[in-house]
Amino acid sequence: MSAHTAAERVALARHAGRPGTADFISALFTDFFEQKGDRRSREDAAILGGIALFHGRPVTVLGHRKGKDLEENLKYNFGMPGPEGYRKACRLMKQAEKFGRPVITFIDTPGAYPGVEAEERGQGEAIARNLAVMSALTVPVVCVVTGEGSSGGALAIGVGNTVLMLENAVYSVLSPEGFAAILWKDSARAEEACESMKLTAADLLAAGVIDGIIPEPEGGAHTDPKAVYRAVDSALVKALDGLKKLNGRALADQRYRKFRAMGVPGREKT
Amino acid sequence: MNQLFAKRRQKLLALKAMRDGQAPHLSQASPCPRCGQVFPRRDLARSRYVCPGCGYHYPVGAYYRLSLILDPGSFRELDEKLTSHDPLHFPGYTTKLEEARARTGIQEAVVTASGTIDGRRAAVGVLDSRFFMGSMSAAVGEKVTRLVEYAEKNKLPLIIFSASGGARMQEGILSLMQMAKTSAALERFSRRGGLYISVLTDPTTGGVTASFASLGDITLAEPGALIGFAGPRVIQQTIGQTLPEGFQRAEYLEEHGFLDAIVPRTQLRETLARLLKLHGKGERP
Repeated sequence: MSAHTAAERVALARHAGRPGTADFISALFTDFFEQKGDRRSREDAAILGGIALFHGRPVTVLGHRKGKDLEENLKYNFGMPGPEGYRKACRLMKQAEKFGRPVITFIDTPGAYPGVEAEERGQGEAIARNLAVMSALTVPVVCVVTGEGSSGGALAIGVGNTVLMLENAVYSVLSPEGFAAILWKDSARAEEACESMKLTAADLLAAGVIDGIIPEPEGGAHTDPKAVYRAVDSALVKALDGLKKLNGRALADQRYRKFRAMGVPGREKT
Repeated sequence: MNQLFAKRRQKLLALKAMRDGQAPHLSQASPCPRCGQVFPRRDLARSRYVCPGCGYHYPVGAYYRLSLILDPGSFRELDEKLTSHDPLHFPGYTTKLEEARARTGIQEAVVTASGTIDGRRAAVGVLDSRFFMGSMSAAVGEKVTRLVEYAEKNKLPLIIFSASGGARMQEGILSLMQMAKTSAALERFSRRGGLYISVLTDPTTGGVTASFASLGDITLAEPGALIGFAGPRVIQQTIGQTLPEGFQRAEYLEEHGFLDAIVPRTQLRETLARLLKLHGKGERP
């Protein structure tokens, strides 16, 4: 693995040229049919999702969508979904369960959108519902953190049987800027936060939060996207193969046990 | 003999509740943060820390809250000794935890217990905003999850009073993962027919709002409670405009369809008892 500091990886994870959900979908899948809307109030383009074939097999694929330029970013709200985005994701995942399709998600967001309308329509409820629904799905769920995975807005589509991370992706409770602002009242200390937050793929693998790391080219994913597509493709094939022997109930159980085991502190001696 | 133990338990809870009432935010004769009127401490205690002038609901400690809800002598604490570790070896965190324990007399930001409400057994959890702003540590997530499992195993209704500033930053990603852990446990509980009543108190925000606090079969809130995912300050900074009047208050959430009812503190016990009765839950065998 390449030797980058945590702060360098955060910069790589946010690089404008980094492949995103739309790129992975067009490179790794065929016959993609995009599904829009949450069937309640609106379409949220910050989540891109639909049905596609993965190596000839139907899957539901979805993820956070960021833009490549300002115009796109305004359209996709910089990859920050509102409740409608999470409800759309929930709808797609339930449908995947109905039709027996595996779910593949790509995680890349600065966080759920903090805005008046998002709150008014129940941002917290939408995320909570996704966590609950995802935890019990009876189809395989494989998640890949491809860029920045920040806060509940990332986890909302991240409750997988297998959770993978690209080598320079980061995954954390909050953005380093937000973390520094809250703990030290100084967002300028973000670089320091990057180190103490333990948000790199290697840190998270050691903490048992993720199951594997997908290697990137030395200079980062944007320097050779094709190599990254190949690596993600084979990691997904391997992950889905590994889940093949589990039936629906066993898949839900395996996922439950995996998250149930996270952060079990010991009892203090009396 | 049983009665003797019940008496002892009642005395213990009463003592802990009394200590909770002496929390620093309720120092002698301080003015009400909303209306500014000053009432003697005794009057506040009598009104259950609801301002007699304007109805402002003061935040209260976990044991005090339990003493208001549970039948005398029925309180039994669960996982009292379960505490946080310091997974990131975050500078200063261990010391701060010890200070918080000494100051509040509780081990973590949630107290979980079993007890009865009007004779009906229930599993009850109470988050305490005096302890790291009620934030979700791995221990909080674990205690809540164990409470859900306890309720499931003993076929009890589950009641959780939330009060939280969100994630426990010092515990990093493991704090975040508690959202998935608690939500997954509640989903299991729900599918097996369990009744979960979520009571939102001031303030309930962040990762707690985006997990177990929002998954109740019945969702109640105390009047005026701040409830949201993103805090008002973050939203203001993001959109750069003033927020609407009453934004993210319980009344606003009720209007937008996220609460079954707003229940004043003085009526909470009776309301919970009625809900348990309506579901036929918690009856003694």
